[in-house]
Amino acid sequence: MIPRQTLLWLIFLALVAAAMGIYAWQLSESNTPGGAFVADNRPVAPPVAGPRELVNLYVAYDDPGVLRSQPTTVPLPTERQQRAQELLRALMSVYLAKSSPHPLAPEADIRSVYLIDPGIAVIDVNSAFADAHRSGILVEELTIASLVQTVAENIPGVTRIKILVEGKERETLAGHADLTTFYDVSVVSQLAGQLAEKQ
Amino acid sequence: MVPGFICGLLAYQLRVFKWFYPSLVKNLHDFIAVAAEFRDRRICSRLLPGLLLMFCILFSGYAANEKHVSIYSNVANYSLPVVDREGHEYVGLLEVLDPLGGVSVQTQNSRWTIRYNGANSEFFDGKTQVRIKNTKIEMPAPFILENGRGIVPVSALSILLPRILGGPVTLHDSSRRLFVGGVAVHFTAQMGKTDPPSLIINFSNPVNPMISTEPGKLVMIFTRDPLVAPGTQSLSFDSKEIPSATYEENNGSALVTVNGTNSLFASFSNGGRTITITTPKQAVAASPQVTTSTPNPSALPAAAAPASSTPAPLPLPPVRYFAVIDASHGGDERGAALSDRLAEKDVTLAVARRLRFDLQAQGMPALLLRDGDNSLTLDQRAQLTNRAHPAIYISIHVSSQGTGVRLYTSLVPAAENNLGIFLDWNSAQTAYLPISRALATNLGGELDKKRITARILLAPIRPLNNITRPAIAIELAPPSTGLANLNSPAYHELVSSSVATALLSMRSQLEAGR
Repeated sequence: MIPRQTLLWLIFLALVAAAMGIYAWQLSESNTPGGAFVADNRPVAPPVAGPRELVNLYVAYDDPGVLRSQPTTVPLPTERQQRAQELLRALMSVYLAKSSPHPLAPEADIRSVYLIDPGIAVIDVNSAFADAHRSGILVEELTIASLVQTVAENIPGVTRIKILVEGKERETLAGHADLTTFYDVSVVSQLAGQLAEKQ
Repeated sequence: MVPGFICGLLAYQLRVFKWFYPSLVKNLHDFIAVAAEFRDRRICSRLLPGLLLMFCILFSGYAANEKHVSIYSNVANYSLPVVDREGHEYVGLLEVLDPLGGVSVQTQNSRWTIRYNGANSEFFDGKTQVRIKNTKIEMPAPFILENGRGIVPVSALSILLPRILGGPVTLHDSSRRLFVGGVAVHFTAQMGKTDPPSLIINFSNPVNPMISTEPGKLVMIFTRDPLVAPGTQSLSFDSKEIPSATYEENNGSALVTVNGTNSLFASFSNGGRTITITTPKQAVAASPQVTTSTPNPSALPAAAAPASSTPAPLPLPPVRYFAVIDASHGGDERGAALSDRLAEKDVTLAVARRLRFDLQAQGMPALLLRDGDNSLTLDQRAQLTNRAHPAIYISIHVSSQGTGVRLYTSLVPAAENNLGIFLDWNSAQTAYLPISRALATNLGGELDKKRITARILLAPIRPLNNITRPAIAIELAPPSTGLANLNSPAYHELVSSSVATALLSMRSQLEAGR
């Protein structure tokens, strides 16, 4: 005959074990690939050596369809080309964040930025950036204006910008925005002005 | 006043004429300058009409008999006059190379040096040997220097140009047709199972031939299109009404002659890639009537009406389109996915058709660049539009993002490569931006009246910047009632009627300068 007190303890322990089992099962479910977590396959960027500086990122907001200047402090190296690259990485981190105002594909990335004298910058994006970009005139031109204006505003001397995809010229970003020509910074700043606030 | 008018008229005609007869133009301009001087002295008021008549007669005979060489390349298709010297046909080398790239010439005694894309080629008057990029080449006939103008045998172009241009060149010697690179347009022809029978000719690129018809025969003359022969020059079909067709080349042109038992007429479709030749159901007996027309990339009126017994030729005026409407995307290029089932290309076509209906109802003829699910490249869309020379080009886009209608004019890059009358392709729209923007503003106002939110923006989208007429793009986003109504005919009609009203109110401004 099991004493009554021992029986109560056994029942209590069984309930605790069951509750812990359910909790462990829920934890494992939330970490499966089908859930909210998506692996970030982008290469890990090396830590940036340089003082933190206040820069203006031009961030696209899909909801009202506008481009807004957003002051941000980011560590920037002294070399111009690396500075341009870090600026765009900072911009990409805004677009790849969970609450992105202008979502891009999770694997979208800036491969490199090249500065060529006199005044030419070449932004090379990866194929995921363009292949998975949403299609539409406004959504595409917001992306273009955001990249061009961010580089032009923060890297003095850049007058024209070319965008490549995986090192090659592509006709359009996602069926609309032209990628065959160089973007004149002065002309894009007019567009940025129009996109600054919804009319 | 009358002599001044005649001088002006002659000068205007020469602007067009010099495309075909550049060698004549310089002398003719000299003539006009002298004639203008006479006008100032009030001497020629009786002389000029006679001179004008004489030149008209001279030109008509000259034009009919002149030999041409046609040159086809990715940059430009053009014809040049050929002259006979010492039993050979000659053409100016500078005129051949000028449209193809940066070229300059230096003359020193009998030595004529032409510099093309940084490389020199040396020619000597009366010599057959030339030096191109330090390589000696023998021509079949000597180089001739005439008043500083270097001319070379036409047959030597196939030897000279590959070395000067650094790429393959094919010369059809007997017909004087020169193909620079892989620009050839191929075609296939087959009978369609229709009533009445129709011959469907599909081309690998849009074409724009001159078409002339007479009972039992339809001739298409391809002067500016790099058409090449099919497998055989004579095609036969299993049809009583259209039994055969032939292909031949002559004097810088390709000719396709379709033979039929009755009158034939042609219509264009698929953005100029398809020509359908049919016989009318009730063909009238053969008569000597001949009609000629310059086609537009849409239905051709040529010989559409049965031939009458009137023997005089009845040239039919080509259709002059007020608007070219471009339903964006098409074919394999679906555009944006508006929903699981709805692709942008389908909605743009529906909106474009609605807009064509509304414009034509207001007396503004409109051409759809695509009227089916076919694809056109951006360059083809621009080329077809520029050839049609409309008062306005409208590109239709549809998006599931945002609300209302967005109106775009071109974000034109800086023009860097304008060469005289040749405009930089990427900034050809520049001169028309003010009127394009005025139209966008006007249209925005019309949409506002109908309580549709309109936003006017610049956009870096092609082919807007390649169009040499006023041009706008319209992007329809869902109405305020929601995404489900993006493809609703009522919404399309509302937007389309606003566009028609805006165009009607600016019709005279848009048509100015056509």
